[in-house]
Amino acid sequence: MRLMATHPKFFLSFAWSCFQFGANKAWNALYSHARHLKVVCTESQFMPLSSNTKTVSKLAAAAALILTLGACSNPDTAMTRGDQVWDPYEQGNRKVHAFNRGLDRAIIRPTSRGYSSILPDEIEDSIGNVAENLAMPGVFVNAILQGDLRTAGLATTRFLVNSTLGMGGMFDVASDFQVEEADTDFGETLHVWGVGEGAYIELPLLGPATGRDTAGKIVDLFTNPLSYTLPSPEKTYGTVASVASRLSDRGRYSDTIDSILYESADSYAQARLIYLQNRRFELGQSNQSAEIDPFALDTEGF
Amino acid sequence: MERRVFLAGLGAMGIAPGTAWALDKNSAERLINALVSDINRVIASGKSEGAMFREFERIFKKYSDTSYIAAYAMGVDARRASAAQKRSFSQAFQKYVSHKYGSRFREFIGGRLEVTGVSKVKNWYEVSTVAYLRGESPFEVTFLVSDRSGQDLFFNMYIEGVNLLLTERTEIGAMIDRNGGNLDKMIADLQAIT
Repeated sequence: MRLMATHPKFFLSFAWSCFQFGANKAWNALYSHARHLKVVCTESQFMPLSSNTKTVSKLAAAAALILTLGACSNPDTAMTRGDQVWDPYEQGNRKVHAFNRGLDRAIIRPTSRGYSSILPDEIEDSIGNVAENLAMPGVFVNAILQGDLRTAGLATTRFLVNSTLGMGGMFDVASDFQVEEADTDFGETLHVWGVGEGAYIELPLLGPATGRDTAGKIVDLFTNPLSYTLPSPEKTYGTVASVASRLSDRGRYSDTIDSILYESADSYAQARLIYLQNRRFELGQSNQSAEIDPFALDTEGF
Repeated sequence: MERRVFLAGLGAMGIAPGTAWALDKNSAERLINALVSDINRVIASGKSEGAMFREFERIFKKYSDTSYIAAYAMGVDARRASAAQKRSFSQAFQKYVSHKYGSRFREFIGGRLEVTGVSKVKNWYEVSTVAYLRGESPFEVTFLVSDRSGQDLFFNMYIEGVNLLLTERTEIGAMIDRNGGNLDKMIADLQAIT
């Protein structure tokens, strides 16, 4: 809530410097943040509890920076319409894409295949449930930041029900009780606050994102209260479970992901288009039908 | 061939030629329900992969506005395509699409699609469905139906916001680029996939 209150101030105080240094500068800073994501991530997992206060203030500063960078990378609203894609860093992105593809082919794909074939489906589902359940406190925080009390309520209910009746989140009892799924992230929070989508970015390891979602992903490393409150080995459970459940998804949707990465004529362009469309849809931005009129095309001869 | 398929389609839908086509909420919903049950039947049949692809191709031809989808996918390059190129592209494209999407329907085994609502948008209809798959939260699949061709057919599909037409235009565009703008080579590439 505090962040929310100070948010317009960030906008104003950094707007001028953004203007001065230009979007490229902001991008470069953001990009180097992204490149250090892995380091940040590792730090946060193994962070001793005693250093929490210091780190929290460091993080708050980082969050403020990220927030404004997200704001700076706001192009114009025309970019969020239809199939329009704003990709000024395509050259760099394509290099990252080639790296991600190589990594997938060499490590992630074979690992996920093995993982999926060894583990029974029920266990894979349970791991997915645990990951989802441990993410709920983070969803709650973001929902509150967005002023979305309904999602916050759903996240709370799901977390309480599944943690107890669902044996620590292994079983999704809440869904059996018709409690809807709750999902959101800091990227969406930024969207709700009026931050624009920004340029398309393909992140190493994490894959497609936008400027805004990159900022969101970084902040989300810290929005889950569990990572501050749980003692040391337990707080890594969520991370482990979510990595495991991503592996599981890679195995389960193997054909679809393979068809995008290895069978399409331009896997970079496909991944970019699919990501952007899906993300805009999640954020309720896509104006599905308006853009294509079936009567406005000459189909003679086809 | 086209004519035969067209007539077969009419027969299968239980509508005699000469009936006035009137697209409305009900007929749009009927079309998608029939499509969904056809797809579900093929998935449940447990046929070989090759046989399933042929079935999906048949379904694609029967329920979708194939000429519109093909024309859209080719995009502006269609302006310089000859009639023969358009024809062979259209055929190769139908095979390719049923192959591509048919192979994903494996993920739908044991799942189901349910029609949840129909709404009119300009001069076409949007049929919303929800897909329920094992171990997955339900997700939205939307079909757009028009009677542009004189028949009720779907001309676009969205899976969680991902648009079939845009996705395929990007793909075909990339194939054209890869072949230095040569449409014949692109069509050959497309035929080689299936």
